[in-house]
Amino acid sequence: MTKIGLEIHCQLTKLASKLFCSCKAEYRNTKPNSNICPVCAGLPGSLPMLNKKAVEKAAMISLALGCKIPEKIGFFRKNYFYPDLPKNFQITQYNAYGPTSIGSDGKIEIEGKTIRIRRIQLEEDPGRLVYEGTSEKTMITLVDYNRAGTPLVEIVTEPDFETPKQVRVFLNVLADLVENIGVSDPYLEGAMRVDGNISEGDGNRVEIKNVGSFRDIEKALHFEITRQQSLVERGIQVLAETRHWDEARRITVSSRSKEEEQDYRYLPEADIPIVQIGNNSIEQIKTQMPESIVARRERYIKKYGMPAQVADVLSSDKFYSDLFDKSHNEKNAKEVSNIITTDLMGVADTREKKIELKITPKHLSDLADAIMANTLTRNSGKLALHEMIRSGKSLADVMSSLDLGHVSDASSIEKVIDEVFQEEEKAVAEAKQNQDTINYLVGKVMRKTKGKADPATTLDILRKKLAV
Amino acid sequence: MNLGISATEFTSQVSDGAISVEEFVAKTLDRIEKVDGNIRAFITVDSQNALGKARVIDKKIKSKEKIGICFGMPISIKDNICTAGLKTTCASKMLESFVAPYDATVISKLKSEDAIIIGKVNLDEFAMGSTTEFSHFGPTRNPWNIEYVPGGSSGGSGASVAALECLAALGSDTGGSVRSPASFCSVVGLKPTYGLISRYGLVSYANSIEQVGPMAKTVEDVAFLLNIISGHDAHDNTTAKNTRIDYVKDLKSGISGKKIGIISQMTGDGVDKEVECATNGAISKLQDLGAQCVPVSIDAVEHSVAAYYTIAAAEASSNLSRYDNLRYGFDFGIEGYEFKAFISKARSNFGPEVIRRMLLGAFVLSAGYYGKYYLKAQKVRTMIKAQLDEAFKNVDYLISPTMPILPFKIGEKIDDPLKLYLTDINTVTANLSGIPAISIPFAMSRSGLPIGIQLFANSFKEKELLQAAHALQETTKLPGIAI
Repeated sequence: MTKIGLEIHCQLTKLASKLFCSCKAEYRNTKPNSNICPVCAGLPGSLPMLNKKAVEKAAMISLALGCKIPEKIGFFRKNYFYPDLPKNFQITQYNAYGPTSIGSDGKIEIEGKTIRIRRIQLEEDPGRLVYEGTSEKTMITLVDYNRAGTPLVEIVTEPDFETPKQVRVFLNVLADLVENIGVSDPYLEGAMRVDGNISEGDGNRVEIKNVGSFRDIEKALHFEITRQQSLVERGIQVLAETRHWDEARRITVSSRSKEEEQDYRYLPEADIPIVQIGNNSIEQIKTQMPESIVARRERYIKKYGMPAQVADVLSSDKFYSDLFDKSHNEKNAKEVSNIITTDLMGVADTREKKIELKITPKHLSDLADAIMANTLTRNSGKLALHEMIRSGKSLADVMSSLDLGHVSDASSIEKVIDEVFQEEEKAVAEAKQNQDTINYLVGKVMRKTKGKADPATTLDILRKKLAV
Repeated sequence: MNLGISATEFTSQVSDGAISVEEFVAKTLDRIEKVDGNIRAFITVDSQNALGKARVIDKKIKSKEKIGICFGMPISIKDNICTAGLKTTCASKMLESFVAPYDATVISKLKSEDAIIIGKVNLDEFAMGSTTEFSHFGPTRNPWNIEYVPGGSSGGSGASVAALECLAALGSDTGGSVRSPASFCSVVGLKPTYGLISRYGLVSYANSIEQVGPMAKTVEDVAFLLNIISGHDAHDNTTAKNTRIDYVKDLKSGISGKKIGIISQMTGDGVDKEVECATNGAISKLQDLGAQCVPVSIDAVEHSVAAYYTIAAAEASSNLSRYDNLRYGFDFGIEGYEFKAFISKARSNFGPEVIRRMLLGAFVLSAGYYGKYYLKAQKVRTMIKAQLDEAFKNVDYLISPTMPILPFKIGEKIDDPLKLYLTDINTVTANLSGIPAISIPFAMSRSGLPIGIQLFANSFKEKELLQAAHALQETTKLPGIAI
């Protein structure tokens, strides 16, 4: 049996400042080494100042993953030499001498399977290494400390996954979850990073690091399962080691055997006094947390009678569920959810596209109302939606500029039908014989009216004229 | 002009117009020029800025502008406290050319009260030592006899005050580093309660136990400085809130009716005869002033030195790992080394005592040994604090000699680390427990070497501690000028 566990590093990108100083937490697109101060650069004499907001956000993740939060949390130093660490130690949390990390012993249900969360800890991100040069001789390593000190939450699962697919589903749920509670934007480059550990049967555990994306972790795990299984089949023991994912070659490569594993010489971080959390503040944090994805899904189904699948899709996407919650009223909720899930989500499916959307809750609400009042067909509705997305103009403006007014008076439709009958003699004859082909004529009418004709009225008149 | 006046006398003479700041600072610089070749207290002397600042202050006084309460008082700063624009070397090759881009909180506080930073003074490398011999720049000498050590690690601070090269100094005290040189140089030195003074800008050695401490000729001066540099700091999470107290006010309240415990583990066996004699003298003076003195046993003190060196070394090994010469440091070619080789090459430039403690620290923290050494040391710490709390239920103060021995000759103990470590027996207790302690010059040995007496009070009882220290100092008549 395959056992897979994960270590997920999630930056708290929604915080304004770093974990221990007032430098910006958002380091992307800044000139190298410009977003630093004596504290995050680890200059002699500097001291870390704990960002209390980061503790709250990490507590929110812990609560959302069903973890226990201790009454007091503490920080430790993890000592090792590496050029991306300005102090040559990382301030993190550590539970070996008693639980002091922000979360432990949690669990989350994924497609009927329980994934246990071992612990959640708050820590600082190191700097970033950039390699330049083509050959080994010309290769240089550049260090950018802009990222150093960015608040990071490490989530460690028990080895409860059996397949790479379960891992992917879990990661998607986790990404939705952190986005939903407003602590992180998991789709920012480097905001969510995953390491895996994997073992076959009673075999040794292999860690996989350096995986760039969610898609790649699935591939890396697949590769690793195949590699381990083929070793086992040939009677070769799997070594306990750390392997790196080689993105270009799509294989894992041995990078460090366990025997040489570092001793991190963990030490309590005395510069940050123990933080009292206590029940009161946990309750307070709970009240600040937005509705969970699960609760929201339930609400959509119960209150609006949304089909489970629509509720699923909508509730797990923070952007669209927020838009839905702002757009709908009691009456048009179902229609709004239809527009969002069948049309809008297809148009704007990436972060960038979502940001560019010029659509407002009023647009959506007006559009749903118009469709429900039958002043706009669903087809025209789609055209109107696209135009509103592009221009941001009001529904009324869009309808008049695109001439999308609904044609439902029988005489105008009849006129068009007469034209169609003249042009499509063969199809008319066929329709008289076979009712099923009547839709072809409906389509012709729609095309002529640019989709404005009311489908029901059109069908009515057509039936009468064909006498079927 | 008398350079031997106290810091508070200086402020009143300047505000009265009796002396000019420029003149005093110039005289002080002359004095440094004259005596520091022998004493070697200073690593950096900031003559130009000091004189410039003095002139600005004189001008302000003349035009009756608002002026800070230090009135241009020349102060020397231990070279492990960051000063913007002035080198902070920690007496180490590793930081030989390091200039901090910022002022430590204590420095900005002093500057905003118009103190003049006259220079940066010597210490044992990264404050690790008790003699100021372990400096990359060579040892500082005791102004009372330059063949003797000044104590340490704030030896430069103690010697510069004693040799009248400044009016006051800042040191730092991790295991006695303010009190030892205070005792050996015959000045007053305070180790405040952990959390009373910001450590922001103090280069960490053992960050869970160390504090910046003021050193000066009189207890009153120390109280005056404490008023300026103490208090909560938004840059240091470990500073306590609501600690703004006027330590100068009521300083002369006396100690009549107070109870003082004599720590048995710090007196008697192993204490130099002359030191013991002086201690008994201090006790009887305090009794004369109306205090009641009783013996007190704090038996965890027996384990204090071992616990101290375990904790301090562990923290040092982590605190000093940032010195890899990649981002700042000394001139050293970076080309041609693989990362690990570069790190070990660069870090081989630490001095022997620093290397000794970093190795010890790395060992006690390594997997499998943490519980055996580090945790055990923490337990001793808890035990000491508990025993002190118990003692302070019955007494207001505790007393002991600051150092169990007289100052010794330079080079005499440098090859025997263990013997050196054991001289910290009376000072490390205050650091492990966090309580304040002060060393007051009390007597001179027959050979003309200073003897200091140490008083302790419970956490954040600096006001009471300074009152007792002041009362004791009032009973003494000691020679004023060392050299």
